[in-house]
Amino acid sequence: MLYSLQQLLRYRSLVQSLVVRELKARYRGSVLGFFWSFVNPLLLLLVYTFVFTVVLPGARPPELEPFALFMFCGILPWTWFSSSLIESSNVLIAGGNLIRKVLFPAEILPIVTVLAGLVHFCLGLPILAAFLVYYRVPIVPTDLLWFPVIVAVQLVLTLGLALLLSALTVHFRDVRDLLSNLLTLWFFATPIIYDLSQAPPQVRRLLNLNPFTHLAVSYQEVLFRPGPFTEWPRLLAVGAGSIAVFLAGYFVFDRLRDTLAEEV
Amino acid sequence: MTAIEVRDVRKVYRRYGRRRQFATLKSALLSGRVMRDLRPDDIFEALKGVSFDVAAGKTFGIIGRNGSGKSTMLKLIAGIGRPTAGTVQVRGRVSALIELGAGFHPEISGRENVYINGMMLGLTKREIAARFDEIVAFAELEDFIDAPVKTYSSGMYVRLGFAVAIHVEPDVLLVDEVLAVGDESFTHKCLDKFAEFRRRGRTILLVTHSLDLVTRFCDEALWLDGGAARAHGDPKRVVDAYLMDVAAVENGQLMTPDESPDMFKTGEGRWGSREVEITHVDVVDGAGQPAHVFQSGDPVEIRLRVHANQPVTDFVFGVGIFNAEGVCCYGTNTHIEGATAGELNGDGEVRFTIDHLHLVEGTYKLDVAVHRENGTPYDYHRLLHTFRVKSRLKEAGIFRPPHRWSFSGGIRISGPQ
Repeated sequence: MLYSLQQLLRYRSLVQSLVVRELKARYRGSVLGFFWSFVNPLLLLLVYTFVFTVVLPGARPPELEPFALFMFCGILPWTWFSSSLIESSNVLIAGGNLIRKVLFPAEILPIVTVLAGLVHFCLGLPILAAFLVYYRVPIVPTDLLWFPVIVAVQLVLTLGLALLLSALTVHFRDVRDLLSNLLTLWFFATPIIYDLSQAPPQVRRLLNLNPFTHLAVSYQEVLFRPGPFTEWPRLLAVGAGSIAVFLAGYFVFDRLRDTLAEEV
Repeated sequence: MTAIEVRDVRKVYRRYGRRRQFATLKSALLSGRVMRDLRPDDIFEALKGVSFDVAAGKTFGIIGRNGSGKSTMLKLIAGIGRPTAGTVQVRGRVSALIELGAGFHPEISGRENVYINGMMLGLTKREIAARFDEIVAFAELEDFIDAPVKTYSSGMYVRLGFAVAIHVEPDVLLVDEVLAVGDESFTHKCLDKFAEFRRRGRTILLVTHSLDLVTRFCDEALWLDGGAARAHGDPKRVVDAYLMDVAAVENGQLMTPDESPDMFKTGEGRWGSREVEITHVDVVDGAGQPAHVFQSGDPVEIRLRVHANQPVTDFVFGVGIFNAEGVCCYGTNTHIEGATAGELNGDGEVRFTIDHLHLVEGTYKLDVAVHRENGTPYDYHRLLHTFRVKSRLKEAGIFRPPHRWSFSGGIRISGPQ
């Protein structure tokens, strides 16, 4: 496994080129091209604003206003997370030809998927920043230093799950269908379109077991709420767990590696 | 020094049968039988303990029927998949021409694909940049290199794939039947490139159905049959052994219908008044053994056993050879050749001996007949007997006159075999 990880480092320029290719290929043929990376989250934000201010203008704690912006802080990272997992569950099968005919580390494919998702996430950040400034949300600069840490934790967690899912899907195609439903459940089990404090206490205990809860809360605290950033011990715990998930995911992938070329 | 070392390599593919088709993850989990469902129903042994060495700088050919394990062997050497048992060792950088352009993305330009494909094959960005022009020139795609690959014709696609793979400058080049694609001139270019590789002391391993290529190019050959090595050594010897085996198998296939006695009973293709009958027809080889497959130039004998139901004095024996299109290649009879009939009474045997069967490769059918001088048949067998001619050369036409080439003056040419 260590050897495989070392091999992976040798291929980093390939990973880089593949991420660029992925981004280029995605928007090839569309008029707006790269602008979609900005426009997509913008439209998403508009939809949520419409739903939660016009359709459902219910009573909410005042500190969650503007509510659309609060949700956006969670939805943007969630989109990265869920789309990365869904795409990587399919990526080895889609790239089957490559795995069967060319000798190169197959884990590159799910890794590229996650990294391409990260780029999209980063391209959505300026939109988020613009609205934070527009609504005059107070930003604490020291809290903002935590932002890269949160992203890093999420990256490691996503990579670990992506590796695990991509290898498992080759053997059990049903993972794909299972996953999309599971992610829907996971989305609602994460305080993204509601605040953790709104959940009943017993449920809150359950939600606390969800690692993405702490990622979402961290994003919200750092970007949306007035400081100080209090979620950090749990964030670091999730970070440690994410490393374990990554190693486990990589271990499983490494074990299944030899069967991949035969099964895809 | 050996470049490739293969020791007792076995490769077992597991087949998951009917049970797995409906047993999904969910049902596996629900019934708690994950481990049982993961167990294969059936195993298929693609390689059954193969060993060989390829010395550095040699060109090595692997031949064999479809499904004999050639491509599996190549993939193991390439490192795509690992042997179930045994070891494969390769020294130096390996490049495998298995499926050309396998990593191309249709939406992006040829240029970007060259870079990504090159990196997949293990080059660095700088190495690719240094070779880029050469690659594009080799693929003859100067005008199209910035167009998306999806607009390429299949020939352009393959040319670009080949050009990238060959410019990886591997120490060991693995080639799996890729020369079948591309037009004549590109095939020649590829062969030239292989020759250049050889001159520079690189190792080439070739998996192919083109036996001609093996005898012309390889220093050594291996014949795989059903996952095991059948012959190994001098390419010409191995190819000949393989051809003989193929002929023997085809022989068996042709034999079955011909031996059925029904063939003689059916009226179709056989007619005549039957005062004289041809009771048996044999096509035999130089050793006098019945055969159905011959090498071009081999001796062939056609034996007719005849039985006269009543004594006759007016009789002619005739033989005709037709090719698969029904064109008469040769026809003769005893009357044409000036024989005078005496008497035919009871049983007899006629032998028509061809010392050298100068026909090109193909399937041929025989007419044999005994008839009166005026042509009225006693017994005429029309195209009832089949034999096949094999040749290592793929010449055109029907007849192969014995010949030789000679050259003089300002002609430098290495001789045809």
